Amino acid sequence: MMEKINPRLLGVALVALALLAAPLVLNDQPYLIRVTTTAAIYAIAAYGMNIILGLTGQLSLAHGAFFGVGAYIVGLLTTDHDWSFWGSFLLAIVATTALGYASGLIALRTQGAYFAIFTMALGFLIFIVVTRWESVTHAHSGVSGVKYPENIGPIDFTQPTTMYYFVLFILGGAAYTTHALLRSNAGRSLVAIRTSEDLARSIGVNVAVSKQLAFTASAGIAGLAGGLFASLTGFIGPDSAAIDVTFEFLLFLLIGGMGTVMGPVIGSLLVAFLFEMLQDLQSYRFIVLGPIIVLLVIFAPKGIVGYLNDLIPARRRRRQRAAARAEDAHEATSATRTKEEVL
Amino acid sequence: MTLFIQQLINGLALGGIYCLAAVGLTLVFGVLGFPNLAHGALFMLGGYFTYSLLVDVGLPYVVAIVCAALVLAVVGVLFERLIFHPLRKAPHTHHMIATIGVMFFLIAVVQEVWGTGFLRMDSPFAGRMTVVGAQISSQRVIIIVTAMVVLIALTWFLKKSVHGQAIEAVEQDRTGATLVGINPGVVSMVTFAVSFALVAVSAGLVAPIQLLSPTMGESLNLIVFAIIILGGLGSLPGAIIGGFVIAIAEVMASTYISVAAGEAAIFILLMGVLAVKPTGLFGMVEQR
Repeated sequence: MMEKINPRLLGVALVALALLAAPLVLNDQPYLIRVTTTAAIYAIAAYGMNIILGLTGQLSLAHGAFFGVGAYIVGLLTTDHDWSFWGSFLLAIVATTALGYASGLIALRTQGAYFAIFTMALGFLIFIVVTRWESVTHAHSGVSGVKYPENIGPIDFTQPTTMYYFVLFILGGAAYTTHALLRSNAGRSLVAIRTSEDLARSIGVNVAVSKQLAFTASAGIAGLAGGLFASLTGFIGPDSAAIDVTFEFLLFLLIGGMGTVMGPVIGSLLVAFLFEMLQDLQSYRFIVLGPIIVLLVIFAPKGIVGYLNDLIPARRRRRQRAAARAEDAHEATSATRTKEEVL
Repeated sequence: MTLFIQQLINGLALGGIYCLAAVGLTLVFGVLGFPNLAHGALFMLGGYFTYSLLVDVGLPYVVAIVCAALVLAVVGVLFERLIFHPLRKAPHTHHMIATIGVMFFLIAVVQEVWGTGFLRMDSPFAGRMTVVGAQISSQRVIIIVTAMVVLIALTWFLKKSVHGQAIEAVEQDRTGATLVGINPGVVSMVTFAVSFALVAVSAGLVAPIQLLSPTMGESLNLIVFAIIILGGLGSLPGAIIGGFVIAIAEVMASTYISVAAGEAAIFILLMGVLAVKPTGLFGMVEQR
């Protein structure tokens, strides 16, 4: 009976159930619902980063900046220009996707270390624009009073639970997209590029187009998450476009597992609650996290989900060997049993 | 014209600082094949060590810089042993992520130890000189002279000494170097030590003309990366020429346009070069 349950599916179902049920448990603690919502938004951005770093293997350090651009578009349009949330949210997605496309055209001409440094410079340039273009971005005073999403019919987004389920819905979409992508030819092309660009090219993958699509999509997803973030927190400052944000995405991915379907969400939730618990240690945060990052990269580069995924085939192989031995022993008595059935 | 000469000399002084930092970075890149994204944070650490040795311990300025350089050299060896040696078989993405972890760690540690505020350090060479009508602070002249001396010494070290030649050999062909009996682990350690010592010297030199702050490494980080990319990753002459080109472009753009233009000029220059030649001006090795 136990053997019929796919442990991977079971894990996904458990996480999904826990996320869906979270507001019921936390009903009297809106603050914790808010923390979980923020973590879910970060998880969406981490899914964006996962496409370019986890699947394609290119370290982009501009994603915090794309997140910031999305946040600023929603923030500035809903406050200074009196747009509705939905309109500005849509524009944020379109604009960051376009920005990702345009910067990808230059960034993806470079490879490896050049790509990382180029995107770091791009991120810094965006950060300079945010801090220096005072007449538009309000520089260091930031943007406050960002709108919540307007009601759709009876759905009231000012309720923490509603906002939570809205974010969760998008998060589910991001996770499903990653899952579908990994099974599609496009996704496999990306993984082939991560393994070896030359090899991918030689088996007929259009490396340039694949990378461009991955980078564009991942920038758009980061921008989408930024838009949600601005609306949820109601306030954004230049910090939301700084390289620290990229670092946090990296941390989520690394802890959860790069290139996996469930890694981003598990990493983000875990780190969000870790941060919550370490809040008294706010200033020491990076003293702890810096070495954690280094240790993870050295000893556990696959993250939690990657580690669990590795366990599954090993267990299945053990079960198969055990079953084969059992079959040898019972061959005489149960002649009708076929090997396929045991497997 | 006086303003131009004054700014040109300021640009040369800044170029000297950038060169010392960028040359160390490009050495590590050449030997290990990945960019040390924590280089700016080490620059900052070097600055703070120099400050403490000068102000708290009371050493003379030059001795303080030399001691800070030695301390950073030891830090470099430790980093190589503890972090990058265990990672030597991992993909380069992992090295870069590790260096980001180091960067955030160092910034946080400095904030805890020295505080988040600005620190000021007075130059022991407070005088001014007049060059063709332009007023130049002696500290800037010291910077230019020291940078020249250190760069010449470094060139001598790389070309003539056994360790330096081993570094060059590993840069050119790691497998070949191993075959002729060079230990790449030792070369990596020496490279890190030299790289970190150089960045400490540059920080010690710049400290008296800038304020120290935990974030002072951030903009330097990007600038030195712009320099080594402009010059071509791993190219020593590229790093030196790139250092002066970028410093002078920055100083001139801030003088004649605006401070923000000076900051942006670097990255616009960088993006322009990469758009045209993705391996930099002197870059020949194909980058993976």
